[in-house]
Amino acid sequence: MALDNIEKLIDKYFEGETSIAEENELKVYFSSPDVAQHLKQYQPIFGYFSQAKEQQFTQEIPLLTKSRDQKRTIVIWLSIAASVVVMLGVGTFMYFESHKSEQFVACTPEDNPELALEQTQKALALVSEHLNTGIESVGYLNEYENTKNKIFKK
Amino acid sequence: MQQIEFIKIVSPFKDKLFRLAKRLLVSTEEAEDATQEVLVKLWTKNETLHELKSVEAMAMTMTKNYCLDQLKSKRASNMTIVHNNYTDNQASLQQKLEDEDSLSWVEKIIDDLPEQQRLIVQMRDIEQYEFEEIAKMLEMNETAVRVALSRARKTIREIMTKTHNYGIG
Repeated sequence: MALDNIEKLIDKYFEGETSIAEENELKVYFSSPDVAQHLKQYQPIFGYFSQAKEQQFTQEIPLLTKSRDQKRTIVIWLSIAASVVVMLGVGTFMYFESHKSEQFVACTPEDNPELALEQTQKALALVSEHLNTGIESVGYLNEYENTKNKIFKK
Repeated sequence: MQQIEFIKIVSPFKDKLFRLAKRLLVSTEEAEDATQEVLVKLWTKNETLHELKSVEAMAMTMTKNYCLDQLKSKRASNMTIVHNNYTDNQASLQQKLEDEDSLSWVEKIIDDLPEQQRLIVQMRDIEQYEFEEIAKMLEMNETAVRVALSRARKTIREIMTKTHNYGIG
């Protein structure tokens, strides 16, 4: 291609007025081995543009996201279901527990001796149970006794 | 939309997204992350992709915005990562070294340009988009794109001539 044509194109190029086709012409010219000496300075610019276009995106396209989202919603629903089950379990347990202690029925030994006996035993058992827990917590006081016996031998 | 269909739409321009991201972020790793991020965003939007006139233009704009956001947050934490890698091209060793040197000079000069000009040089001189497309992607008018491009090219020329003359002298 004529040199003056190329020079004109270069001037146009730096004014930002070249078309894509004209820019390609310049690229072709500068990639050829015989570039005029005074234009050599522009060679790397066009060389770089061609080279930069070669770079490629080698990573995989991450499209698993949708199924990952689905998995996440499954996990959320599972945790909701699990918490409902736990709450139901705790609820029923509490319900029966509170009913157990309320199982005392008002009655007199005259008209229902068996039930009265049962109720009394239950009441006594409840009392002793609470008493025992009280005693257990004082159990460690025995340690003092043991230590004292160790030191002051009889 | 199916994955295969999506990949078919995305593959022709995913390299362009990557190169644009790399132009702005400089680091290859960061550019890869940015590209993946943009592709994921596109994928989550895939129900509405059919309504778009140009998915590519949309993706380019998204990449630009994402990278500028990244740069903004990076600047806040005051961190710079410079990373270069070049592909092999056959030539004599001497020639290759020289070329590589001046090519990397061009890259450095471009990377020193203001972001706006970097974007435009990338889109015009490397990806060869029409001015009309660039204007749409960057939400600018065509004249402003031309002016910025001319300014960027002149800056590159100016610095190149300087280094060229240093070489001679």
